[in-house]
Amino acid sequence: MPTTGDVRIGVFVCDCGMNIAGSVDCPSLVEIAKSIDGVVHAEQNRYTCSQPGQESIRKAIAEHKLNRIVVAACTPRIHEPTFRKCAADAGLNPYLVEMANIREHCSWVHQDDKAAATMKAADLVRSSVERARRLSPQKEAALKVHPAALVVGGGIAGIQAALDLADQGHKVYLVEKSPTIGGLMARLAKTYPTMDCPT
Amino acid sequence: MTDVRQHPNIVLLTSSEIEEVSGYVGNFHVRVVKKARYVIEGDCTACGDCSKVCPVMVPDEHQEGFSFRKAIHIPFPQAVPSAYVLDMANCLGNNPIACGKCFEACQKKCINYDMKDEVVEFDAGVVIVATGMETYDPTELEEYGYRKFPNVVTTIEFERLLSEGGPTEGHLVRPTDMKQPRRIGFIQCVGSRSRKRGNPYCGNICCMNTVKDTLLLSEHYPDAECTVFYIDIRAFGKGFEEMFVRSKEAGVRYVRGIPGEIREDQATGNLILSAENSSTGRVEDFEFDMVVLSTGVVPARGSEEIRRKLTLSKSPDGFLLESHPKLKPVDSPTKGVFFAGCAESPKDVKDSVTQAGAAASRAGILLAKGEVKIEAITSAIVRENCVMCGACAKVCPYNAIIPPDKAKGVYPSVIEAACAGCGTCSAECRFDAIEMRHFTDEQIMSQIDALLAEKPEEKILVFACNWCSFAGGDGAGTARLQYPPSQRIIRTMCSGRVDEKFVMRGFEKGAAMVLVSGCHFSDCHYISAVRWTQKRVEKLWDRLEKLGIRPERLQLEWISAAEGVKFARVMKELDEMRKTVAPAEVAETRRIIEEADRKKADRKAAKPQAL
Repeated sequence: MPTTGDVRIGVFVCDCGMNIAGSVDCPSLVEIAKSIDGVVHAEQNRYTCSQPGQESIRKAIAEHKLNRIVVAACTPRIHEPTFRKCAADAGLNPYLVEMANIREHCSWVHQDDKAAATMKAADLVRSSVERARRLSPQKEAALKVHPAALVVGGGIAGIQAALDLADQGHKVYLVEKSPTIGGLMARLAKTYPTMDCPT
Repeated sequence: MTDVRQHPNIVLLTSSEIEEVSGYVGNFHVRVVKKARYVIEGDCTACGDCSKVCPVMVPDEHQEGFSFRKAIHIPFPQAVPSAYVLDMANCLGNNPIACGKCFEACQKKCINYDMKDEVVEFDAGVVIVATGMETYDPTELEEYGYRKFPNVVTTIEFERLLSEGGPTEGHLVRPTDMKQPRRIGFIQCVGSRSRKRGNPYCGNICCMNTVKDTLLLSEHYPDAECTVFYIDIRAFGKGFEEMFVRSKEAGVRYVRGIPGEIREDQATGNLILSAENSSTGRVEDFEFDMVVLSTGVVPARGSEEIRRKLTLSKSPDGFLLESHPKLKPVDSPTKGVFFAGCAESPKDVKDSVTQAGAAASRAGILLAKGEVKIEAITSAIVRENCVMCGACAKVCPYNAIIPPDKAKGVYPSVIEAACAGCGTCSAECRFDAIEMRHFTDEQIMSQIDALLAEKPEEKILVFACNWCSFAGGDGAGTARLQYPPSQRIIRTMCSGRVDEKFVMRGFEKGAAMVLVSGCHFSDCHYISAVRWTQKRVEKLWDRLEKLGIRPERLQLEWISAAEGVKFARVMKELDEMRKTVAPAEVAETRRIIEEADRKKADRKAAKPQAL
């Protein structure tokens, strides 16, 4: 994968309402992003994760022939799947999307120092752009699942798990080391809270 | 139990042990050894004619040795499969001169002394581990006299004495004189909740089991006097508190205090003990006809073997470690393997059934879908650089790397379906012979360079793992905990991915401080990868010291996803430390590392054959 030349990166800076825009200077961030080598498009969105925000990404991918996406917004632990899907819908491999966490790790924790927060956000965007430049498409391969289950142990838990799987229509091998199933439960006189016979 | 026998989708293999499980999610291959039963299972009608003529008597395991069984026997009347089994270790002999009585008595001719163990092999897409538990053996607690005083029994022994299917058909007697005991003492937490002997954890079921036993006793033997010695009564389940109240209303005495010692009156076989009742502060003396030790629980024998065969982990208590204590409580860290029942932790019947349903449902998702997406973030061997040292295979928590065979010239290879993508192999490889997809050296190095391009001496470079410390940082943000804006985070999936050279690059580029942070040991998303993180950081501290760089400038912290507060605190502390690093010190560090790199390059140049 080339690291210059063909790389066309789009950067999307999210205001998240005032959540980010309240302590990060988002317009400046867009300008900084535009100045980075390989970034051919940068824009500011009110909420990048919203339907209009995602539409804007899809449009930009088509319009600017983007082949890498950087979303500077919240933590990837929330919306990475959202933006990966958005990119995939626009025909881009989902692993060519990178997020810069400028909300949880920046705007929310440096609320009293907008200049420092903006500097930090700019670093995080630069870091994400550099990473994005070097990303390669990835493929999640699919493996066939053999249609049978092994259940190890024939106590109450193994019995129940085997029956539940078998009732779902799956073949089950229930392996028990003693000559009978029943396990420890079969040795109890009565079981609480119903006080009935265990076997 | 009979449903299992009758279910058309279940193949039941009893007297069977797992010999080997190979493969990975969706494609496990299983080898089972089915031990010879010496009775043809399908033909036996469980008429019992064989057992009647068998001359061998041995203590009956099912009855805790309180009665005898024959060498040819059925474990208990409701056993499934409903077939006799010949215990060959105790059988007099399989030739007619020695005995052969059962063979003659069996009209169906389903006894076969020459039966052999059988190997059964099959494929399975998923595995559910339900290896269960056993009760704690209190023999080591000598002060209670178990095995010395016959009238001191364990919970399970007491269950057999109460059971209608038990050795006395449900008539409670005590072992010394076969008389019905009137005064019965129960001692709770035997082998549980102790840091000194037995186990530190709570047995979960013992309180309610004792409450149940006292209710059974008060129902069947109105003159029985029960006393329960306890630390706390843990009656937390649905309907449990009500049972506890009923037990107290039935006249059962609950004494908060554990006796230190049990003595026996040799003349009567009665048991004498004293306990400090912490509710009254008084030491009281007691005499009982029988004492029940409410024993805790331990993982089943044999679960350790299964654990190794499936490359699972255990928590400090010895039970199997789940993938996540809250969000994936029935998944094992190995894909396609799930837990049901007490294999994972002590539980009662209801919780075991609940968890079994959950495990069946989780496993059923894979089976119903018929395919499983495997992780795109996996490692790949770069053969040109590989020296076949095998370090990668050694550190892989999933055994997902087939080790190299240097003699045969076979390179290591990655089983992609088993690889979870932690990147520990890549970080441990000193020869850059493993590429971690989506988290390549080049990608991470470029992030370090970008983050430290301006005013690096004012910055703290932080490596945070996706699942715990990065998430802990998210938590700090969500709670709006303010901390100084000096740190710059790089996310890796696991802290195990953090290569020594990443840390050195951070210092070379002028970072004032570097932090490596990951999950607490028990939370590691990649079984045990975090242990390698620790070893690597310790190695780095030595290296920094030797180079003349203050090791304190590299910090290691375990921060969980729930520890936003700790994350913010660590960031503040690091910022304080950062202020002690003067620009001159940073400049000196850069000079030291550049010089070391130059020397290394010179050495390489001097030995061109090594390239």
